[in-house]
Amino acid sequence: MTPLLQVDAVSKFYGARIGCAEVSFDLYPGEVMGIVGESGSGKSTLLNCLAGHLQPDAGAVRFDTRAGGLRDTITMSEPERRMLGRTDWAFVHQHARDGLRMNVSAGGNVGERLMAVGARHYGEIRNTATDWLGRVEIAADRIDDRPSAFSGGMQQRLQIARNLVTGPRLVFMDEPTGGLDVSVQARLLDLMRGLVREMGLSAIIVTHDLAVVRLLADRLMVMKDGHVVETGLTDQVLDDPQHGYTQLLVSSVLQV
Amino acid sequence: MIQVEKLCKSFTLHNQGGAVIPVMQDAEFAVAPGECVGLIGASGAGKSTLMRMLYGNYLAASGHIRIGGVDVARAEPREILALRRDRLGYVSQFLRVVPRVSTLDVVAEPLLRTGCGADSARARAQELLERLNIPRHLWTLSPTTFSGGEQQRVNIARGFAYAYPALLLDEPTASLDAGNREVVLALIEEAKARGAAIVGIFHDEAARHRVCDREVDVTRFTPGLA
Amino acid sequence: MNVSAYNFAYLDEQTKRMIRRAILKGLAIPGYQVPFASREMPMPYGWGTGGVQVSAAVLVPEDTFKVIDQGADDTTNAVSIRRFFEKTAGVAVTEDTARASVIQTRHRIPEMPLRSDQILVYQVPIPEPLRFLEPSEVETRKIHSLEEYGLMHVKLYEDISQHGAIATAYAYPVKVEGRYVMDPSPIPKFDNPKLTMDAIQLFGAGREQRIYALPPHTRVVSLDFEDFPFEASKADHACDLCGAGDSYLDELIVDDAGGRLFMCSDTDYCTTRRAAGHVGAQGVPAKEDVA
Repeated sequence: MTPLLQVDAVSKFYGARIGCAEVSFDLYPGEVMGIVGESGSGKSTLLNCLAGHLQPDAGAVRFDTRAGGLRDTITMSEPERRMLGRTDWAFVHQHARDGLRMNVSAGGNVGERLMAVGARHYGEIRNTATDWLGRVEIAADRIDDRPSAFSGGMQQRLQIARNLVTGPRLVFMDEPTGGLDVSVQARLLDLMRGLVREMGLSAIIVTHDLAVVRLLADRLMVMKDGHVVETGLTDQVLDDPQHGYTQLLVSSVLQV
Repeated sequence: MIQVEKLCKSFTLHNQGGAVIPVMQDAEFAVAPGECVGLIGASGAGKSTLMRMLYGNYLAASGHIRIGGVDVARAEPREILALRRDRLGYVSQFLRVVPRVSTLDVVAEPLLRTGCGADSARARAQELLERLNIPRHLWTLSPTTFSGGEQQRVNIARGFAYAYPALLLDEPTASLDAGNREVVLALIEEAKARGAAIVGIFHDEAARHRVCDREVDVTRFTPGLA
Repeated sequence: MNVSAYNFAYLDEQTKRMIRRAILKGLAIPGYQVPFASREMPMPYGWGTGGVQVSAAVLVPEDTFKVIDQGADDTTNAVSIRRFFEKTAGVAVTEDTARASVIQTRHRIPEMPLRSDQILVYQVPIPEPLRFLEPSEVETRKIHSLEEYGLMHVKLYEDISQHGAIATAYAYPVKVEGRYVMDPSPIPKFDNPKLTMDAIQLFGAGREQRIYALPPHTRVVSLDFEDFPFEASKADHACDLCGAGDSYLDELIVDDAGGRLFMCSDTDYCTTRRAAGHVGAQGVPAKEDVA
């Protein structure tokens, strides 16, 4: 089976400092990969390199495009990469403000990706937006409100709706529950689990919260100082950690 | 159906001076379809460890674990994920609860993951919950607030929702009263009858003698004890 | 009048050459905003410096020049600009659209169809149609170069969701030759269909330092939704002075009781019609109207 994403020795340096080094893995359709590590581990750098936000210094990121099979997205032309970013890929930011247009209504935010790929029927766009707001548990009567009037959790759910409306195959998430209240986090995680399963999404989720990966991720990569120190099935890495750092990380989590 | 060959494992505790604890040496046994094998041995001898290794939850140091065409000891993560979805089930000792998911959805989930329709998945879930005497009014609630016994029964219902060809059961009758124990044993017998290969840990001797065709003593594979 | 104190049309020849190059590039890529080195003019930014620079670059001594400001030849600014070119270029000037060879306009297209031997020069305040949605110039340039215009429709979507219809009444965005989205300057949307014409159209933004152009017969489509199509609407009234039912109208309040008068915004059009004998509901016959 062809992997959906093939990451090949991706490295990013800041002068002599390592952002991330020699990271390789294959992601298959329907798999969710968690990347955990503490601050400075390089996980966000890696995510941004994979998603095309940062230019890596070495390596390839091959995506199984619909038309052309496995293509290296790093050497792709910018129009192609931006098109990918609007259709097959999605990026959920830690702060909803970075992923939403705050001065555009919720409906406009969700509809933008549709309009960007050619949707030209107002009624249909609005119906699709309403449908998606329902799927992320935002009341339909808020479709014309601006995100600045939403709570943090609602903004994050709107961001998810905005990203998923064009049916992407791969979702990148950067600390999607960071900064949210615990109860709000729980609701968001349930939603994401459901959507990932329903839509058969693949996802790469960066987080420092082991509970998030336990819930959402099938596979796990542990990063420290820019290197991947351990990788495997989530439950295996968390229940039977092999590397010293992973063992430390797992034993540090407080049991409630 | 399940074949274990020369399986070895040790734990290395890097943060405690690098202490190495060997726990398994050359474990070997097989389970045929329709058979139920009981793992026995003193507490701490490695029964749960072995079961977790069969599921891919613990890593093997060397050896083979062949289930459903996959060698769990050295397979790719996606192969193990696929195996767990439609060929290998696992009922652990404790239910890991996701808050906000209703009991019905917890039990239906394994079926939904195999592509079963939402309606028939829920119907099957209801059937099992009724058999296991979980009151109807609890079905829409999350199991978070249930008693240990109730949670265990929900766990068992989830484990038996999908007809796995291979099943791992860790203390399925613990914390159950006589009536519910009977139900669980009946479920195991039905699974055997349809050809499932089962590995189980039963502290309850009567239960073990009832459903297990053979016993495997894991102390045979424990280094220093054998 | 001392014409010899100024170079022809005020600007030095090198500047005119630079502007002409920008104009040629704009004509070659219809709707694309060409950056140009806008000069300090003897009028402040916001008073038509872009239009004036374009006019200065295209005028030749044989031209006849007309200036309109929201359709009228006789506003202070229209008169000032006309006098400026009379003084610095010595060209003939006129208020008659049919006799003009170069017409500089602020926010209107003349009602009379223009000919292939005429040039229309627009004064443009903000050339970037996406500016209000995307403040970053770097980002809007990328949007134009990659043709990622989804955001433009978001603006129209917002209008419909807030007002029930596309509320943009002027500066209505258009797509040029199926490629660039362009701001046609703050002309009323009623004028948008006229953007496909026989004459050359040049757009100058002095403060923003951009020139763009539409060659004759360019395909210009106003943006809309399938279920909310574009309408070139105007006040549902005829001109009270000349009776024209097809021209864009200004509305005047004439007394304290709220009495109103609708008149053609294009003063030359109205005058020409009245001279030909047309009379509107509140008009007087032309021969009695000594102006």
